[in-house]
Amino acid sequence: MNGYGGNILRVNLTTGKITKEPTPPELARDFIGGRGFGAYFLFKEVPQGADPLGPENKLIVSSGPLSGLMIPGAGKCDFTCKSPLTGGYASASLGGLFTAEIKYAGLDSIILEGISPKPVYLFIEDDKIELRDASSLWGKGTFATEKELKEKLGEEFQIACIGPGGENGVSYAHINHDYGRQAGRGGVGTVMGAKKVKALVIRGTQPIPVADLDAYRKAGMAMYDACKKSEMLKPWQNLGTTMVVSWCDEIGALPTRNFSAGSFEGGKTLYGPYMREKIVVNDKGCFACPSPCGKYSRMKRYGTNVEGPEYETIGMIGSNLGLAEIEDVAQANLLCDDLGIDTISAGGAIAWAMECYEKGILSKAETDGLDLKFGNVEAVFKVIEKIAKREGLGALLAEGTKRAAQKIGKGSEKFAIQVKGMEQSAYATHSATAMLLAYMTADVGAHHNRAWAITYDLQVGRELVNADKVARVIWLQHIRPMFDTLGACRLQWVELNLDLELYPPALEAITGVKRSWQDLHLVSERIWNLTRLYWAREQPGFGRAWDMPSPRFYTEPPKSGATAGKITSLEDVNKLLDVYYEQRGWNANGLPKLETLERLGLTRLVG
Amino acid sequence: MRLYAESSKCSGCRACLVACSLNLFKENNPKKAALVIGAHFPAPGNYAVSVCTQCGECAAVCPTGAIQKNDRGAYYVIPADCTLCEACVPVCPENVMFVRTGLAETAWKCDLCGDCIAVCGTDVLRIGEIEAKA
Repeated sequence: MNGYGGNILRVNLTTGKITKEPTPPELARDFIGGRGFGAYFLFKEVPQGADPLGPENKLIVSSGPLSGLMIPGAGKCDFTCKSPLTGGYASASLGGLFTAEIKYAGLDSIILEGISPKPVYLFIEDDKIELRDASSLWGKGTFATEKELKEKLGEEFQIACIGPGGENGVSYAHINHDYGRQAGRGGVGTVMGAKKVKALVIRGTQPIPVADLDAYRKAGMAMYDACKKSEMLKPWQNLGTTMVVSWCDEIGALPTRNFSAGSFEGGKTLYGPYMREKIVVNDKGCFACPSPCGKYSRMKRYGTNVEGPEYETIGMIGSNLGLAEIEDVAQANLLCDDLGIDTISAGGAIAWAMECYEKGILSKAETDGLDLKFGNVEAVFKVIEKIAKREGLGALLAEGTKRAAQKIGKGSEKFAIQVKGMEQSAYATHSATAMLLAYMTADVGAHHNRAWAITYDLQVGRELVNADKVARVIWLQHIRPMFDTLGACRLQWVELNLDLELYPPALEAITGVKRSWQDLHLVSERIWNLTRLYWAREQPGFGRAWDMPSPRFYTEPPKSGATAGKITSLEDVNKLLDVYYEQRGWNANGLPKLETLERLGLTRLVG
Repeated sequence: MRLYAESSKCSGCRACLVACSLNLFKENNPKKAALVIGAHFPAPGNYAVSVCTQCGECAAVCPTGAIQKNDRGAYYVIPADCTLCEACVPVCPENVMFVRTGLAETAWKCDLCGDCIAVCGTDVLRIGEIEAKA
């Protein structure tokens, strides 16, 4: 099948049975690839009520039709499963070089099923596919694991592995690749750990077939040419995602001390240019990317190296924990990466614990003797290690902020900054209604990836609540996840202003199937509704209440910074949801109407 | 003329490798490219980009005359004349002369098409006159 590896690989870890089946053409037609494939297999194959850490859950790893091709940023890999953090849909996106190898090995998805009786790694070299003993790797950090496997097997192998966090069942464990790229959110690494899979190791040497080679080369070259002509190319290459740190600080969107404010008085030593000068050694790009946002850094103070930190980590581990020095943030980043835990959720959980400690809700005995005040660097390092080991306070925080707050109570639920159980990523949304709605309605919980709407808030008026704003959020929720469906990065479009109309000709030349953006939006909407139904199927009583943000964003205006005194009213929060549900074709409780499912061709699948 | 690489600018993305395989073999397969990008992680530092200098050592040792010059002044492999003897591989000073029988029934090398330059977003590569070694 043109544009595809052509096969779905199933690995039953319980029995050790490994099978391949041709990728169904109708699956490619209706769900395209990447997170579309993930959502389809999750809904269809993981039974209702499955324990996220049990044998019935599956970890579905998927490339898309653009992955591994000469298309800017064609290196996105989707990891889907039932989330141990939220109990709902999890889909995490991984950059780097991994997804291309999936295609070169003649595969589109790898589905891990069951639970292995002992630690293993999955070895794939074209048609040679084996489960191999990983007992000697179990317990090791992600960097040592990757280094050991590469030294043993060769540099051409790409590795995605878990660290102690994933082995120990931290609810937000990640999967690490290429010494610093992660499938970070929702606990995809936790599920891999529960399955006793330490690593996925892959090398492929087969070509990816395309429908019209000349048209594809022409379309691909046109995209690179446009990227290289973009005036945003050099600034973006220089700073990557850290470009927005100063902007967020200025507009009051930089999460500060558990999102109690959006501007940080120590922000300047977290800004991109400061970081570039102080710690960055060189740029590190994902597959086929002309605009590498990855920065590889050297922390002289610690004698260590890390890829990053990216904006999200700077926000969540930096300002949100009151850490003002980029080198300290980078070191905490390294600890999280090596121990295998998501920096965003870890930052959210630690910030919540710090606020509990400062308010006297958690005593010093309950923090294992740590003086867990905002800004205490050493305490942050120690808590990160405790989380990965599930030791003392770490065992509580490893459950995620929502469950930790439910357990501790005493009003701490009000400042657990999460939606659907997922910690909110690094945009403070006291006064940014589109971004707030984006977090409320994101399909995995409070994650920015699905709709980065904060620039739109600033463009049209940040406190405004109207149908246009809601429509913009839905439009973004269809476009951005489509990139994770196609298996390519969205940032050439977002940051370099690469014309969206350059994609359909490339996709047609590659797959032989003509699709307009209108068609692609429909597929995105189909996936969006399917994941919504997944939540409704898995969580009794699922509905509107699950879309509510942290009360902090409608009851506690920041006392300082650019958004001081500003807040979105509860009435506006509800209005946002009313309009959103109406535009989506959902009922007042946020569940898709039958006519919507019929329009999207989902009734047969969901029964 | 030859290809030059400024390794310090490389971000390791490998777009050049895909473009190269598309030129040489009409295939999406970076394992069949004529450049090499060496990584170094987890230690920080530059990627090591190896490219053909068009020195001609490969052509000089080829027993069947399968390596000839094209109109761009670059040595290229004529697949029909290549016997896969591998004589060209060890003499290449940059390790960018390839014979991998599992992948292709011919040796391959850079023919100076320039497609790698077109897709490189960080200006690592350029084609220039062959400079005398200092």
